[in-house]
Amino acid sequence: MNVLNKPLEIRTSPHLKSSVSTNQIMFNVVIALLPVTIFAIYSFGLAALLMLSVTTIAAVLTEHIYCRLNNKESTVGDWSAAITGLLLGLTLPPALPLWMAVLGSIVSIMLVKVLFGGLGYNVFNPALAGRAILQAAFPVAITTWHPAFLADRFTHIPSSSLAWPFTTATYDAVAGATPLGNMKFNHVAAEVSDMVLGMTSGSIGETSAVLILLGGAYLVARNMMNWKIPVTIFLTVAVFSGIVHFFNPTTPTPLFMLFSGGMMLGAVFMATDMVSSPITDRGIIVYSMIIGIMVVVIRLWGGLPEGMMYAILMGNAVSPLLNRALKSRVYGTGRKGGAK
Amino acid sequence: MVMSIFLEPFPASGQTVDPGAPCKVDSATPAEIINAIQEAGIVGLGGAAFPTHVKLKIPKDKSVDTLIINGVECEPYLTTDHRVMLEQQDDIFMGIRYILKATGARRVIIGIEANKADAIISLQERAPYDLPVTIEAVKVKYPQGAEKMLITALLAREVPSGGLPADCGCVVVNVATTAEIGRLLPLGRGIIERSITITGPGVKKRGNYLIPIGTPLRYALEQAGLKKNATRVILGGPMMGFTVSSLDVPITKGTSGLLVLTDKESQSTIRKEYACIGCSHCLDACPIFLNPSRMGRLAKFEQYDIMEKEYNLMDCFECGSCSYVCPSNIPLVHYFRVAKGIIRDKKAAA
Repeated sequence: MNVLNKPLEIRTSPHLKSSVSTNQIMFNVVIALLPVTIFAIYSFGLAALLMLSVTTIAAVLTEHIYCRLNNKESTVGDWSAAITGLLLGLTLPPALPLWMAVLGSIVSIMLVKVLFGGLGYNVFNPALAGRAILQAAFPVAITTWHPAFLADRFTHIPSSSLAWPFTTATYDAVAGATPLGNMKFNHVAAEVSDMVLGMTSGSIGETSAVLILLGGAYLVARNMMNWKIPVTIFLTVAVFSGIVHFFNPTTPTPLFMLFSGGMMLGAVFMATDMVSSPITDRGIIVYSMIIGIMVVVIRLWGGLPEGMMYAILMGNAVSPLLNRALKSRVYGTGRKGGAK
Repeated sequence: MVMSIFLEPFPASGQTVDPGAPCKVDSATPAEIINAIQEAGIVGLGGAAFPTHVKLKIPKDKSVDTLIINGVECEPYLTTDHRVMLEQQDDIFMGIRYILKATGARRVIIGIEANKADAIISLQERAPYDLPVTIEAVKVKYPQGAEKMLITALLAREVPSGGLPADCGCVVVNVATTAEIGRLLPLGRGIIERSITITGPGVKKRGNYLIPIGTPLRYALEQAGLKKNATRVILGGPMMGFTVSSLDVPITKGTSGLLVLTDKESQSTIRKEYACIGCSHCLDACPIFLNPSRMGRLAKFEQYDIMEKEYNLMDCFECGSCSYVCPSNIPLVHYFRVAKGIIRDKKAAA
């Protein structure tokens, strides 16, 4: 048939499309998390490997089964469930009993994500909200730290990891407190250089600031992360804790604040979660400042040594409000609108 | 195809164009020039086909100090304005004289994309000394050719929401339109042909063609040659142009380009739609700082009133940048077109 006579395709414009798609963004977040993940497995050994595999698989399976039970097409191909599982695992202590971790994954996906409508509709970051619920349910287990760089970490699985559900776990080795715990309860500051490189104890993926920043830089370079969020959080924390430190030198230095605990992992990978952070420019700045102020307040004056998780969840909660209250100025309106 | 009137030339008659009375720029009054432009049937040749005589009739309560000649190609792929600037410099400057007189503007800025150095130079060389004209290079980015964007780029002014360029003291005329005014008015002729970019991966002989208005697409594409895997024929450019279902439609004054895509490009635009993940890429892409993400969600729930009143939907000029960047492949600009149509219908009915 003559090409001039064949039926033509009818579509609406635009007839060009940028090549980036949602599942690619999600997949790249997984890629960005790989250095942190590999370092975690290197420093905590089999315990970390098991934990991360279990949380990731549990999260993906939960979403897949939920979709199947509801006769929907499975949505695990968008990679977001895998991110939730991986991120949850990275925020947990290495020797946490695995059944608790599985429970965390199920809660993250079921309660926080799919019941709100799935990807794009959840109010809170699923991994963080899941972790918050674990913290409420198992306050002791989730603050029992496992030492990093044990000699037998690649051959021995901590017995607490394999504890049967609903039994009391016994711990093989218990690390002293994390740098933040030491600071809060014993008033001993860790070396900042150790925290930058990841030589201290803590949650699986929060220990190496360098690798977290590397992952973040990768996403920023690919335009898949808003750099304003971590930068604003860091600035707010540095300025606020700097002022407090100036008047009361017994409080931690801004540098210690930035490189300890979940600050890096939270600011780079959790607060930047596209779904649960604001979308307007001014909303993003205020949201980041709220997180920065809240984390300092909780760490210095709250009952807990770490406050990143609650600070971000609080930021998530006000995101929809910030989007409405802090709209961008539309071209031709307001100040410049009537200008001649 | 819509059945239309079928015109057949009387066999014995040779077809000739009957010119009207010439309109001389020195002797004509502004009203006479505007009338002559209307008589010549000149409309915006950039693609919108807005009647030029309406545009140049500045309301009494407003005044215009600057005339902007839009030499920025309105969309990727299209190169007609570029050709006009290389080949019809004298027509352009003559057109400027007419428009200056008609609008009372005191100065002229010709905005050209920075990557078209040859056009900038050729116009600079031919610019008459007595014309208050400056030629400025603007950044190459879409949608720089949109009236509002060009005004902001050249004058740092903004057209008020719901207003016209005259509300911020300027008037913008496409460069090809200007050239037609300069070419036709001294002769007293009407517009009967225009230059069109015929291009795209589905076309064999790509280029700019001077085509009589009314020529069926089929005939034009027969001359340019179509490839076997051509699937989509678009009137206009890739960002705002619309597809045709039949090649038996004519080229109109508003047809700035004819773009033909093949299976390959067509597949790249038909992708799985995900939910909005709030990446804010559309907010960054929107040239007038709307919130396409929020409006997309509102459109799905048919909340057209909120879209209009709280999110300035009616200011959207449908450039398509939001749809282009959306990683979730949500047809945002399509929703906005539909929503605007519904709002307009509602207002017309009320």
